[in-house]
Amino acid sequence: MALLAPSKPSTSDHGRRRARPSRRGDGRAAALYLAPAAILLLGVLAYPIYQLVLISVYDYGQAEAAGAAPLVFIGLHNYTDLLANSAFWTVLAKTIGFAAVCVIGSLVLGTVLAMLASRVRPWARTVLFLAALGAWATPAVAGSYIWLFLFDADFGLVNKVLSGIGFTAMEQHSWTYDTYGTFGLVALEVIWCSFPFVLVTMYAGIKAIPEEVLEAASLDGASTPRTATAIVLPMLRPVLMIATVQSIIWDFKVFTQIYVMTNGGGLAGRNLVLNVYAYQQAFAGSQYGLGAAIGVVMTLILMSITGLYVRSQKREAGLV
Amino acid sequence: MSTLVRTRKRRHHGRTVAEIVTVVIAAVIAFPLYWMVLTALKPAGEIQSASPAPWTLAPTFDSFRRVLTVSGFGGYFLNSVLVAVVVVALSLLLSFLSAVALTRFRFRGRTVLLVMLLVAQMVPVEALTIPLFFLMRSIGGAVPAFGLNQLGSLVLVHLAFSLPFAIWMLRGFVAAVPVELEEAATVDGASRFRFVWQILFPLVAPGLVATSVLAFIHAWNDFLFAKTFIISQTENQTLPQAMLVFFKPEENDWGAIMASSTLMTIPVLIFFVLVQRKLVSGMAGAVKG
Repeated sequence: MALLAPSKPSTSDHGRRRARPSRRGDGRAAALYLAPAAILLLGVLAYPIYQLVLISVYDYGQAEAAGAAPLVFIGLHNYTDLLANSAFWTVLAKTIGFAAVCVIGSLVLGTVLAMLASRVRPWARTVLFLAALGAWATPAVAGSYIWLFLFDADFGLVNKVLSGIGFTAMEQHSWTYDTYGTFGLVALEVIWCSFPFVLVTMYAGIKAIPEEVLEAASLDGASTPRTATAIVLPMLRPVLMIATVQSIIWDFKVFTQIYVMTNGGGLAGRNLVLNVYAYQQAFAGSQYGLGAAIGVVMTLILMSITGLYVRSQKREAGLV
Repeated sequence: MSTLVRTRKRRHHGRTVAEIVTVVIAAVIAFPLYWMVLTALKPAGEIQSASPAPWTLAPTFDSFRRVLTVSGFGGYFLNSVLVAVVVVALSLLLSFLSAVALTRFRFRGRTVLLVMLLVAQMVPVEALTIPLFFLMRSIGGAVPAFGLNQLGSLVLVHLAFSLPFAIWMLRGFVAAVPVELEEAATVDGASRFRFVWQILFPLVAPGLVATSVLAFIHAWNDFLFAKTFIISQTENQTLPQAMLVFFKPEENDWGAIMASSTLMTIPVLIFFVLVQRKLVSGMAGAVKG
C-alpha cells in the first residue's frame, strides 16, 4: 500500500500542540470513532498476518485445506525446504534485479521530469502532468496488454517502425523470446505506470523549497545544473526517500504485469518473481504452507527495508 | 544592466527549449494510450496491416461491439464499478472518523496507534492472499455475501487495504483546520457531532478527494484478489480478470483487446482528470505535512 504521507513525523508533534485540552469523554468518543476502522483492520489485515505465519509452519496441502486431513506442525520445515531449493534463490535474484531496474528507472525518470516541470510555464506542466496521470491511471491489466501489443512480433508498431527505417532484421523480432527481453518489456510497462507517482511527489517536494533559497543561489551566480545538484537534490532528500521506499515496495511485489505479460511466469517459470512464485506454489501446486513461507520471507524483506526508512525518519525528527 | 538583460533573455530561451522537450516527452508518455484508443477504433484490416497508420479514416465501433456482446462484459464492468464505488464511499467515511479521533481527541495510546498505522501501510498485502483466501472461505460460511465468489469479499479486502493510508493522509488535512475554529463553534453552542459533520467534513473535502483516488484505483485495478477469490461463480468476476479470460493475445484479436482495455481505462481517466488539481495539491499537503 501507499506510504507516501509519512511526511515529516513532526505532524504528530504538530497535532499534539494543536489539539485542544482534553475534554471529558474524549476517550470514549475516540473509541467510537475508531471502532469501525479498527475492527476491519484487525480482522482483515492483522489476523491474516498471524495466519500467514501460522500456515507457514504447517504441512498445509490440498487435503488439509479441505479439512480432510489433520494439520501437522512441521516447524521451520517449509523454510528449510525453501532455502535448500535452488529455484527459490533464482526467483529471488530475478525479483531483486527486476525490482532494481524498475525502481531506478522510475526514480530517475520521475525526478528529472519533476525538475523539468518546475522550470516550465503552467501550460506545459499541465500537458506533462495529464500525460503522466494518464499512464498512472491505466489499470495494470490494460497497460500490460497495450505494451504487449506495441511490441508484438507480428502486428506491433515497434517492429513495423524499426523495419521501416531499415532494421529489416527486426521485422518479426520476438521481444518476449528470451528471459531478459521479457523482463525488460515488463519493466518498461512498470516504469511507465509508476514514474508518475515519483513525478508528483518530487514536484510537490520541489514546490516546498522556499523561493528565496533558489533566488539566493541564482544571485550568487550558481548555474542551473549546479543549483539542481547542490541545492535542490539535497533539500529533496526526505521526499526522495519516500519515493524510493514506496517504489521498492511496489516494484518488489509486482504481480499483475508479470502474470499477464508472461502468461503466469513465462515458459518453465523463467520470468517468475517472488509474488507470482508464492501464488503458483499455493494455488496451482496446493502447497499452501510453502506459499505462506515465501510470503513471510517477502514480508520480512520489505519490512526490513521500510524499517530502515522509518528509523532514519525517526532519527531526523527525533520522534514517533 | 546589460548582463541582466542577457541573462534574462538566455533564461527565456532556455525555458522555451525546456517547454518543447516537456511537450515531446508528454507525447511519448501518452502515446501508448493513444495507440490503444486508435486500435480500438480501427477496422480489423487496418490493425493487421503491414504499415499501420497513426490515424484511421474509417473509425468503427466494431471492436467495442464485439467486446460488449461477448458473454456479459457489461456485467463485469458493473461488478467493477460496484466494488470500487462501495470501497471508496466506506473508506472515506471510516478514515474520516478515524482521522478526527486521532487528531482532535486526546486519549492514551494515540501515539501507539499512529505508529501502528505507519507499520500497517508497509504490509505487502499481496503476501496475504493465502490466509485471506481461507478467511473469506470461513466468512462465507457465516455471511455468504462476504465469502468466496462474492463481490463482498473484494470490498472487504480493498477497504481494509486502503484504510491505513487514507487515515494517514486525512489526518494531515484534519490537523490543518485551526483549533480556534472548533473553539469558536463550541462557544456558539455547536455540539462536537455538529462541528465534525457540518464544519470539519466540508473543510477537509480536498483531502477526501485525493484519498478517494487511491482507494478507487486499488479496487478498480485489482487482479490478484479477484483472481483468488472469485473462482467458480464467473458472473461475479471483475473486469481485469474477465479480460484475461476472454481475450488472449495468441488469438490476435487486438481490436477487441484494445477496446476492452479502453473501456477499463476510461473510468479511471475521467476520475483522475476531474480530481487532477486536488490530487497534486493533496499530495503536496501530505508531503509537506
